[in-house]
Amino acid sequence: MSHLLELHDLEVKFALRTGDIIAIDGVDLTLDKGETLGLVGESGAGKSVTGFSIINLISKPGYISKGKIIFDGEVISSFSDEKMREIRGNKISMIFQDPMMTLNPVFTIGTQMIETLLAHKNISKSEATKIALEKLQKVQIPSPETRLDQYPHELSGGMRQRIIIAIALLTDPQIIIADEPTTALDVTIQAEIMDLLQELCETDHMSLILITHDLAVVSQVTEEIAVMYAGKIIESGATNEVISNPRHPYTKGLINSIPGSIKPGEKLQQIPGMMPTLSKIPPGCAFNPRCLEKIGICETNIPEPKKTDVGTMASCHLI
Amino acid sequence: MVMLVISLIGFSIKSNIGDPVRDLVGERVTPAERAAIADQLGLNDPFLKQYTRFVKNVCHGDFGTSLIYRKPCLEVILKHAPATIELVLGAALIIILISLPLGVFAALKPKHLFSRFLMGFSTLGVSIPVFLTAIMFIYLFSVILGWLPSYGRGETVDIFNNGYWNSGFLTLDGLQHLVLPCVSLASIMLPLYIRLIRSEMMEVLETEYIKYAWAKGLAPMRIWLVHAFKNTLLPVVTVFGLQIGIMFAFTILTETVFQWQGMGFMFLEAIERADISLLIAYLVIVASVFVLVNTVVDIFYGFINPTVRISGTK
Ligand SMILES: Nc1ncnc2c1ncn2[C@@H]1O[C@H](COP(=O)(O)OP(=O)(O)OP(=O)(O)O)[C@@H](O)[C@H]1O
Ligand SMILES: [Mg+2]
Repeated sequence: MSHLLELHDLEVKFALRTGDIIAIDGVDLTLDKGETLGLVGESGAGKSVTGFSIINLISKPGYISKGKIIFDGEVISSFSDEKMREIRGNKISMIFQDPMMTLNPVFTIGTQMIETLLAHKNISKSEATKIALEKLQKVQIPSPETRLDQYPHELSGGMRQRIIIAIALLTDPQIIIADEPTTALDVTIQAEIMDLLQELCETDHMSLILITHDLAVVSQVTEEIAVMYAGKIIESGATNEVISNPRHPYTKGLINSIPGSIKPGEKLQQIPGMMPTLSKIPPGCAFNPRCLEKIGICETNIPEPKKTDVGTMASCHLI
Repeated sequence: MVMLVISLIGFSIKSNIGDPVRDLVGERVTPAERAAIADQLGLNDPFLKQYTRFVKNVCHGDFGTSLIYRKPCLEVILKHAPATIELVLGAALIIILISLPLGVFAALKPKHLFSRFLMGFSTLGVSIPVFLTAIMFIYLFSVILGWLPSYGRGETVDIFNNGYWNSGFLTLDGLQHLVLPCVSLASIMLPLYIRLIRSEMMEVLETEYIKYAWAKGLAPMRIWLVHAFKNTLLPVVTVFGLQIGIMFAFTILTETVFQWQGMGFMFLEAIERADISLLIAYLVIVASVFVLVNTVVDIFYGFINPTVRISGTK
């Protein structure tokens, strides 16, 4: 029954001058070994914050205010920074959104790879170099030896993202959290990078949390999906089930807005309105002002997650 | 290019203010005689011709003769240069040694009481004029405490044994004499650098690549002192290169207060006694030093910034 990673009733607040805002509001998630999970939602839904809270690296005024995170049987949300460092980049690796901004411009690829290994493993520099080369080959980078001496600016975006994936693989982590790993790349390279990630996770039995707002990608790559809206998970379950039988109106809206989900010639459907800012979340269901199927109770009561007829979970009064 | 412009400016000053005939023969000659000498010296030639001649002479190291010292200007300046260079070097060293750790600390712990004190103090520091600090230093450390000498260079050593470079760095007495002038010269720029380093570093700490370094699980010391520090250094080095030239300008004040026998001291003397040739020579030489220093700084910048280095070699 025990999962590799569990988030229990996680709440993250940002202590702003105008008062605390709740960015993550009672999120429950589980991830098993070798499982791939897609975390989707609009911009500002709290996907990145959820990802960063797992390695306890939420940016400054943010902090975990409630709940806990259990990894490999240990409550890592209460770990000290010192202990947390042994997990970050070692057992749980992260891939950031923009490969142009992620690597430090003044150090060579080799330096940035080797330092990661030396931070976690008691090995020599030459052993570290060997591992680095091996991982560069794994991500199919041409002439890996020359890459080690190159600086980030000498490489293209797609190449850099491959290098960042190679860095993520260095320590053979159990989980990779990829936060929109392809958003900053052009379309042809996006597919290559996604294929690569998927393949690597399969062969090495790594778990993957894929954060994205691209439902098409999620449906191709992941087995499980969690849809976020205004800091809450509003629908979750097996990816193909959620995509083909969405039960929450928001998920339905998201799916209808993917190009290709409808017949050619038909107009794409948009969800009307915008996600509320976190300081102005409406009472009741946070989605109610935009919901096409709204009933009276939606404006007063917050819906609890319920099991749907197709075996997924959804937080909606209509179920 | 820069050098040409500066020499042109210098030369215009010379041809307009200076009266080389008076320099040569004094006041007691008839106007007719003066005209003859002027003609002989080529002073009635068109401006451009005179200027070309001047540049040609300068290229051969001939800046004319100093009125006060009755020696070639170049020699006079070279004799005074080491004192000033040592003063600037000492001040630069003090700035680097103090502003780096303090700036980095203030960036890492912005809420710490010491950082707040530092920021308040540096605001105050920027607004105190250098001669006031210098005089306060002299009063406190020489007059009241008697710890440090307040004027002159003390005992110096002729490092190349040719009478030019007398260094104060090699004897205890020389070093003691260096302390106050260097500290007061450094104090002009110190607050600025602490602030600059602090703000640059704070900006770097917010970047994605630093967040990524944390996500890789690196040790805090490595992230701060290797990753963030190197990126902080880039803009700071550029500013430092520009400011070191300005520091040469400030030596004029410092050298006067401390009776420091350097180029700045010499410059004021030259002004007082209207030694135009020496003044021009000073301007041209200081400008060349300025250009030289900036080149060196650019090269150093290329070393720490890979983007520049690569585009340079391509
Ligand atoms: N540093 C911060 N300071 C204050 N609020 C923040 C900060 N970072 C995130 N938030 C809040 O948390 C919310 C969720 O942000 P998050 O970055 O997780 O969104 P996201 O789902 O990843 O969106 P995107 O698709 O744009 O990346 C934001 O709407 C914002 O209000
Ligand atoms: Mg995000």
